[in-house]
Amino acid sequence: MNTIDVVVIGGGPAGLAAALSAKRNGAENILILERDNILGGILNQCIHNGFGLHTFKEELTGPEYAGRFIKEVLDEKIPYKLNTMVIDINKNKEVTFINKEDGLMTIKAKAIILAMGCRERPRGALNIPGYRPAGIYTAGTAQRLMNIEGHMVGKKVVILGSGDIGLIMARRMTLEGAKVEVVAELMPYSGGLKRNIVQCLNDYDIPLKLSHTVIDIKGKEHVEGITIAEVDANRKPIPGTEEFYEADTLLLSCGLLPENELTKGIGVAMNRVTSGPDVDDKLQTGLEGVFACGNVLHVHDLVDYVSEEAALAGQNAARYVCGQENKSGKKVTMIADGGVRYTVPQSLDIVNMNDKVVVRFRVADVFKDRSICVYYDDKKISSVKKKVLAPGEMEQVILKKESFAEYPDIRSIRICTEE
Amino acid sequence: MNMEKDVVIIGGGVVGSCIARELSRYELDVLLLEKEEDVCSGTSKANSAIAHAGFDAVPGTLKAKFNVEGNRMMAALSKELDFEFKMNGSVVLCFDENDRPALQALYDRGIANGVEGLEIVSGDKIRELEPNVSDEVVAALVAPTGGIVCPFGMTIAMAENAADNGVEFRFNTQVQKIEKIDGGYKLVTNQGEITTKYVVNAAGVYSDELHNMVSEKKLHITPRKGDYLLMDREVGNYVSHTIFQLPGKYGKGILVTPTVHGNLLAGPTAVDVEDKECTATTAQELADVSMKANKSVKNVPFRQTITSFSGLRAHEDGDDFIIGECEDAEGFFDAAGIESPGLTSAPAIGVFLAKKVAEKAGASEKKDFNGKRVGIPRVAQLSFEERAELIKKNPAYGTIICRCEGISEGEILDAIHRTLGAKSMDGVKRRTRAGMGRCQAGFCTPRTVEILARELGIPVTEVCKNRPGSELIVGD
Amino acid sequence: METRELTCINCPLGCALTVTIDGDNITVTGNTCPRGAAYGKKEVTDPTRIVTSSVVVEGGTIARASVKTAMDIPKGKIFDIMDEIHKIKVKAPVHIGDVIIPNVAGTGVDIIASKDVEAVK
Repeated sequence: MNTIDVVVIGGGPAGLAAALSAKRNGAENILILERDNILGGILNQCIHNGFGLHTFKEELTGPEYAGRFIKEVLDEKIPYKLNTMVIDINKNKEVTFINKEDGLMTIKAKAIILAMGCRERPRGALNIPGYRPAGIYTAGTAQRLMNIEGHMVGKKVVILGSGDIGLIMARRMTLEGAKVEVVAELMPYSGGLKRNIVQCLNDYDIPLKLSHTVIDIKGKEHVEGITIAEVDANRKPIPGTEEFYEADTLLLSCGLLPENELTKGIGVAMNRVTSGPDVDDKLQTGLEGVFACGNVLHVHDLVDYVSEEAALAGQNAARYVCGQENKSGKKVTMIADGGVRYTVPQSLDIVNMNDKVVVRFRVADVFKDRSICVYYDDKKISSVKKKVLAPGEMEQVILKKESFAEYPDIRSIRICTEE
Repeated sequence: MNMEKDVVIIGGGVVGSCIARELSRYELDVLLLEKEEDVCSGTSKANSAIAHAGFDAVPGTLKAKFNVEGNRMMAALSKELDFEFKMNGSVVLCFDENDRPALQALYDRGIANGVEGLEIVSGDKIRELEPNVSDEVVAALVAPTGGIVCPFGMTIAMAENAADNGVEFRFNTQVQKIEKIDGGYKLVTNQGEITTKYVVNAAGVYSDELHNMVSEKKLHITPRKGDYLLMDREVGNYVSHTIFQLPGKYGKGILVTPTVHGNLLAGPTAVDVEDKECTATTAQELADVSMKANKSVKNVPFRQTITSFSGLRAHEDGDDFIIGECEDAEGFFDAAGIESPGLTSAPAIGVFLAKKVAEKAGASEKKDFNGKRVGIPRVAQLSFEERAELIKKNPAYGTIICRCEGISEGEILDAIHRTLGAKSMDGVKRRTRAGMGRCQAGFCTPRTVEILARELGIPVTEVCKNRPGSELIVGD
Repeated sequence: METRELTCINCPLGCALTVTIDGDNITVTGNTCPRGAAYGKKEVTDPTRIVTSSVVVEGGTIARASVKTAMDIPKGKIFDIMDEIHKIKVKAPVHIGDVIIPNVAGTGVDIIASKDVEAVK
């Protein structure tokens, strides 16, 4: 069986950045396994601009952003395999994959970086009643069909969900000659960026109806119409508020789910809120030498943060295979509380941590004028006032190693919001 | 008068396909007409996928007879025709001491019908077997011969084997009128007229309309709609048996069962509808499914729902199957009113009716009938060694198209190019499971559209989800 | 005098801006920071956007190449630009930064490729 130092599963933004970082931190023998026919992952279909403001200080389209990382991977001569599907990872870090050329192959990895990304929540998971005709797509599937294959999926469109992909697709379809009738959003707020609401909806006079959902799909062969209704505080449709839209297409942009089937296969602890594995400050999962980054760990809204997180995973994987890991540390649990839904990482080793650790999290609701507070056990360490906090925008706090000097016996770090 | 065909079967569901397969044993020129683009497109594609043990039907009815017979045939057939079937056992739950007599009655019925291995056990005993069963359960009937089956796999296998043995299939062909003519019948369809000596009516929810075209003894079928929720394979082992509820104060009951593919299924509701094409789920019914399922099984993981769907049962007013030659229409054979346990009964109905038709026609058995059918390799279920070997032989099995179910391009190509090959997205899906997984075809749709267009030699704009009119792409 | 209601896009706060236009005198209210005022002013005087789309590629490893305007273009020109993009077919190879349509719709801005598409060998 071949042995590879670092096997990176996924050649999207997370996998590319992780592989590069692993290489630059001393790992020699790296292999990227990508299931699609090109590197770059979902960025290939995200042809809109808005990527890279943090990483490159300029605004790029998705393919351009991916292109820069792909070029670096090629320059570094990091091996990769395309059209390659990993079908199994076991506790011994043996990775089994299949493709046309190699057939079925199992390799032994010293370290594994999980970077499989996420998938979209399908209609069935949303419990939308009605027929099951052609013309219902998740926004990302429609995006791929349009931007990669060049196929138009419809002419009169209703979009459910105001996540960024849904908003971007509203504009994209409008520019390609479709009429987007309405974007309905179940929640009383949009999960998308303000900028996308303005530039994708307002620019084209597409109405956004908050607290609305799809309650019926008409059409046996193909979508003929969509009925939406307003929902109450319990997200239940309010009788009498139904509105019917003639439409041939329903796009769903209702959330992303980390693709962790392989991760679950190795039996590491999973997080119910993120649907990703629990990780420590090295982004290491419950199995030593297995790291996770990007949307497989938790769904991000900015690719820049994916790249940053992935670089950390790559660095730690390299350190791990180079034997630099000092295992005897002190692991402290992170607690998400008071309107904070989760944190990544979920634990922190205060002895072996980097000088700075970025803790990322999301809040549970739209909050105005609240503070983000950090507690070491019962002691409030910091409090930062925020004008607005929204579930759609990932937040972060930075924990410094030196701050733990006075708290050698700390048991938990709690992150919460306070009024 | 010279007839074009010896036998025309109307309907390519599981019943029509079973009859076709059994008729293909005989020296007969058989044609099957299906109004959709593929077999298994009506009731057969949307049901509980259960091989019922046979304790439910009233002794002496056709339902009881064919159910028990069909159940006994299932294991051998699944091997001969290579479709998925598992005898996982069924359980009927009793929630109230006062309902014990009803549970006993079910047991007695089963015994009368000839069901083997029935046993009534205590609530504690059933919770030992099925830890997630509700604490309220006081007793249960266990039927070890109950099973789960792939309704697509079974129907398609029957149809393919029939075609391989000479039965002709015509799709997108709807029978609009049937006329009695000298020596047989003339069928008027949307694709022209066909004359035949014998007709077999296996038209599901439409079997009353076809029957009534030739007979004065009118049938009346009510489409009875049932909604289902299907959950992720991750929770497919939440229960291992098929869990029924004793019909009682909760109505007709909702079942919770693993499927043969490892998902968890809950349903169906039972709502009479007028439209024979009404397969729309409703919010109320879906809520009903989850509410009632949670009565049987604690905290059914509905959060893991990947899809919901709805199917129609062909409920005849007489509450039993109508099987055999029509009394006042010689040479016209009915397989009408086939509702649950229709899937289980279909193989037995096929044998019975084929024999009747062959007798009537005086047809002898073919010498070269081959009942063996080999399905599409289920690559994801092979061992690593077998899989490596297969990819070496045909690299197309090494390209995964459907990530969630691990379906390769090779399997999709097989589905398109084999006997009665897939012509639509749903055709590919039912033959291979591509698109049936947790992302519900999000990732594989673009790839499958492309493969179908390429292999069928049609533009992508003509690739349909199922019947004409369900095109996926409107333009470039 | 004219007033326009806008949503500021600079941060998640999404301030509701009221922009009053009185000849050359433009005032912005409702903003929380100076970026909001600047945004409001630009949106009513010279609103610009980046346009992104894709064009058909002949003889390439993939069927489409994504493209964008090399810089902001006037918002009012978006559909004129799309009309020109719809008419274009290019031959592989295409590389990031290649000019696909010079001076699109008379804006003085080029449409450039935002993706590499190699030619089929």
